[in-house]
Amino acid sequence: MIDITGLHKTFGDNAVLRGVDLSVATGSSTVIIGGSGTGKSVLLKCVLGLVAPDAGQILLDGEDVTRAERDSFLAKFGMLFQGGALFDSMPVWQNVAFRLLRGSLKKPVEEARAIALAKLARVGLGPEVAEKFPAELSGGMQKRVSLARAIAADPQVIFFDEPTTGLDPIMAGVINDLIREIVVEMGATAMTITHDMSSVRAIADRVAMLHGGKIRWEGPVAEMDAASDPYLHQFISGSAKGPIETVR
Amino acid sequence: MNPLAPVAAVGRSTLTLMASIGRVALFFAQALSHILRPPWYLREFLTQLIQIGWLSLPVVGLTALFTGGALALQIYAGGSRFNAEAVVPSIVAIGMARELGPVLGGLMVAGRVASAIAAEIATMKVTEQIDALVTLSTNPMKYLTAPRILAATLTLPILVAAGDSIGIFGGYLVGTTRLGFNPVNYIQNTVDFLEFWDVASGLVKGAVFGFIVALMGCYHGMNSGRGARGVGRATTNAVVSASILILAANYLLTELFFTA
Repeated sequence: MIDITGLHKTFGDNAVLRGVDLSVATGSSTVIIGGSGTGKSVLLKCVLGLVAPDAGQILLDGEDVTRAERDSFLAKFGMLFQGGALFDSMPVWQNVAFRLLRGSLKKPVEEARAIALAKLARVGLGPEVAEKFPAELSGGMQKRVSLARAIAADPQVIFFDEPTTGLDPIMAGVINDLIREIVVEMGATAMTITHDMSSVRAIADRVAMLHGGKIRWEGPVAEMDAASDPYLHQFISGSAKGPIETVR
Repeated sequence: MNPLAPVAAVGRSTLTLMASIGRVALFFAQALSHILRPPWYLREFLTQLIQIGWLSLPVVGLTALFTGGALALQIYAGGSRFNAEAVVPSIVAIGMARELGPVLGGLMVAGRVASAIAAEIATMKVTEQIDALVTLSTNPMKYLTAPRILAATLTLPILVAAGDSIGIFGGYLVGTTRLGFNPVNYIQNTVDFLEFWDVASGLVKGAVFGFIVALMGCYHGMNSGRGARGVGRATTNAVVSASILILAANYLLTELFFTA
């Protein structure tokens, strides 16, 4: 269970988060939507400790994340970054097994490699990809490798940052299906941020809309389309007309 | 115009400079603590030994070879004005070992290595690879900075030693083929006049310059701005700051070693 209460974060004179309250139940998949620059990535980075919030509290299973022992805390998380964030100096299998080759989760090299190959297979990539470098792969394959890395250590919580950005609709659909399958199969808690409404419908149990630095609407994905909130309605319909200001 | 505006501008610049020095000092302290505390990433360290040390050898060697040759020509031309041509072997050796070997080696490595480190780390930052390291329970200071600084500090003295030898050899080649020196006498003069501290002081300088090169590369990489412009600026700043610091440190070390 992730409990976020009264989270504030300001960069210079730009108050990005202005009191975010959000709960994500264990084993559920919550998708956070919102316009560009509304602080969705900042919210995830605050939970991971990559960005220090100015105020507010984040609890993971009742424990304040700022007081948790970093190594064991981070070992519970996997993250798929928007651009993949694969390490281009090492081959694919070492990227996937990165966490298994060092630190508290370190395993013998052969075992780590076997796990990496199994995770690559889980995301639909064969062993021929293992020795390639990230720069040799297509965008879709890089996303799959990044997904394999995120699940390599069987994390309890997985974050997905814009998982389908830059992919064609078919590949985006494949990645969405993979994410859904893996989250269900692992029983992991998932938080995804996206602009892509097809991702929302494929991945989400619950949806939260971030606007104006706060959670504007939150509820089950099945209720999203019928919701009366004009901000949510404008966002999901992709309309230029509505209460959300657009730059034309 | 406000008459105090120039004073305010000087004050702002001073504060900015002090803040930068403070940030570098904090980064230095952090890097040092990560070098001294486990876990150590041996594989990364060995990779950096090759990247920084072995792959810089051609650049440093060629620089030293041509510098040693040019030095022999200059000393011969200058020395001939007062019948002191015979000092060519000893001055080439002392000049290379004390000054030119470490300074030129340091500057060449600054150009090759500080830029590469800054560009690599800055690109990793821009593409969220640094954030990815953190989420994978790996401290970027420990994984990226510590091995680079340690490798550069240990390999620069070796590069300087190689550069000294190649530079002296360059002087020998020019001296014996162009200036008419007897090969045996040239070597004898070189060995007779070169003292242990001439060489050792250059190696100590090399270690300090190696530390500076890697520290500046890592610092500017880790603190780069966004996008291609941020990467470019980090790379430029790393080379410029490393070069200036090398020259300043060289003066201070020379004062310390030879005038104290």
